[in-house]
Amino acid sequence: MNGKSDITEKYLGLYKENIGKISGISSPFFNAFRAPAFEKFSQLGIPTRKNEAYKYTNLDMFFNHDYENYFMPVPSDFVKAEEFRCEVTDLDSYGIVLLNGFYPTLKEKLRQLPNGVWIGSLNEAASRFPEKFEQHFGKYAKSDTDGLVQLNTAMASDGVFVYVPEGVTLNKPVQVVNLVQSNEDMFNQHRNLIIAEKNSNFSIIICDHTLSPQKFLTNAVTEVFVGENAHFDIIRVQNEHNNACKITNTFIHQEKNSVTSSNNITLHGGLIRNSTYHYLGGEGAQSSSYGLYLADKWQHVDNFVNVDHAFPHCTSNQLFKGVLDDMSTGAFNGRILVRPDAQGTFAYQRNNNILLTDDAKMDTKPQLEIFADDVKCSHGATIGQLDGDSLFYLQSRGINKREARLMLMFGFAHEVIQNIKVEALRERMDNLVMQRLRGELSRCASCLVRCG
Amino acid sequence: MLIINNLKASIGGKNILKGISLNVKPGEIHAIMGPNGSGKSTLAAVLAGREFVEVTDGTVTYLGKNLLDMTPEDRAKEGIFLGFQYPIEIPGVSMVNFMKTAVNEHRKHKGLDPLSASDFLKMMRDKKELVEIDSKLANRSVNEGFSGGEKKKNEIFQMAMLEPKLAILDETDSGLDIDALRIVANGVNKLKRPDNSFIVITHYQRLLDYIVPDVVHVLYDGRIVKTAGKELALELEEKGYDWIKKEIENNVTA
Repeated sequence: MNGKSDITEKYLGLYKENIGKISGISSPFFNAFRAPAFEKFSQLGIPTRKNEAYKYTNLDMFFNHDYENYFMPVPSDFVKAEEFRCEVTDLDSYGIVLLNGFYPTLKEKLRQLPNGVWIGSLNEAASRFPEKFEQHFGKYAKSDTDGLVQLNTAMASDGVFVYVPEGVTLNKPVQVVNLVQSNEDMFNQHRNLIIAEKNSNFSIIICDHTLSPQKFLTNAVTEVFVGENAHFDIIRVQNEHNNACKITNTFIHQEKNSVTSSNNITLHGGLIRNSTYHYLGGEGAQSSSYGLYLADKWQHVDNFVNVDHAFPHCTSNQLFKGVLDDMSTGAFNGRILVRPDAQGTFAYQRNNNILLTDDAKMDTKPQLEIFADDVKCSHGATIGQLDGDSLFYLQSRGINKREARLMLMFGFAHEVIQNIKVEALRERMDNLVMQRLRGELSRCASCLVRCG
Repeated sequence: MLIINNLKASIGGKNILKGISLNVKPGEIHAIMGPNGSGKSTLAAVLAGREFVEVTDGTVTYLGKNLLDMTPEDRAKEGIFLGFQYPIEIPGVSMVNFMKTAVNEHRKHKGLDPLSASDFLKMMRDKKELVEIDSKLANRSVNEGFSGGEKKKNEIFQMAMLEPKLAILDETDSGLDIDALRIVANGVNKLKRPDNSFIVITHYQRLLDYIVPDVVHVLYDGRIVKTAGKELALELEEKGYDWIKKEIENNVTA
């Protein structure tokens, strides 16, 4: 069985039902991945807790559900997505809106920005830019143990495509707003491909939102290529309702002397699982992996990080922090692999958690596999309560206990937020985190769903 | 202003304060001296409202109210300030946000509107100047990465911002070089008014070269064993604490 669940059968059926439609709208190269991936998926199945990487996360509640709809779009679906405006007004960005993982079809499907930059629909890019697509697609999302990555490869047909050519610096970030909306309970999948060529420099912000209260399951895969000496940051902000499950797999492939950061900010969501794979595939590459999760009620947030030091003189840093309230649960699994040739490696990892109640629960697991000898690695994990001395210090200045607790939690979270380089977004995140900690709704104004 | 009567307190079942009585009037500076382990910091902790200290007997009356019934934040808003012997580092909380919250809590307590951002920043600037602290400190997280001296100066700065009626400085002079000591002492002297009071807890006499106390108490083994004018501090500096210990032991045996 090796971690394969009975519910897998259902997804085998779903594939057979939809593969005709999916293949019909996708390019032949894109489609060539589907049958082999499906074959692997049928062997691996939906991960169960017997799979070491999913030990602390039970997906059954969401995968066992009968979704009325596997999302395939018709043009009228996109009216709302076209109307959506992000309310972070100071945030000057190149905006993309995805509805249920698809790029709206009403206007142009790919946008050209200055200096040969293209952003838009992955499906469209597969046929418009076959050379770039074929060079990178399917090259980095190589998870032979995770059936969900295979299921995505087998069935996803659209998502975001970003191409930044050699030497180009984008003057403002690309912002992708992922909207999930349906009148029926829905399962959807999308696939992103981001190409940052040699010496390029830019940031991408991905905001995950739910717009209607139905039960949703999203399984997303993002592949990122970061060329030699390129600088790339990805920031993911998750704000979904309690009845939504979001699974993201992000694969970041780095070449020589490239610098990347990934930041997963989870403000709200029913079940969230973020897997971030950093492949340091050239000398002198640097990667930072950050995460912040705030959970309450019965929410569950799981961050899985895999840093692969394949070349010498690379540096990696992981910092994940969480505040868990009520009976919420969390998991952190941070793997550092230092391959035999990766001498001169620096690899750090830290996971700190605050549990606000006796019922909240956190599982944290560092996993260091070091096969080189000239290596500096460290890891640390804490699970605790707010510090009594700090609380008293604030109270002794006249700040009431409730406010003092909030300030401490905010300070705790801010250590992650401060790594966001886009200033307007950093300020916005500080505000959203404060609202979230106060128990106010940290939703964006355009969102109609009352989370929680 | 503050009347302590036969105060007894313990930590984890161990008796630390064994009957302290003290009367601080408006405008007075009291110095509390004594060897290590005599209960000086415990007394400060009781006055500020730390929970780990259990008061077993006695009363503390502050401006006519029972101080021991009040939460730490209410004590602060009523005008009590504790300068910490070991100020706490709070990463991620900026000094500006910390002080703004504290000042506005104090104002709310007095029925005043919160300060506008510009008024608040002006107040910060003025007070920084008054206590001669580096303006960069205020842009950082609370005490994070501050040197020992910077932390103590930051305590004095906070005191200046909150304008307490009764400030208790718990070994604020420990670990300070002579310049920092002078800045701390000047801060106290500038903030001294006829209607506010200070309790300065110190192990050494040297702070009292700069802050001249009205009354000096010697705390030993949980009791105040000697009270006199400022000349007592000089005598202690010269002779150490041993002669007091001896005096007490003689009294006990006599």
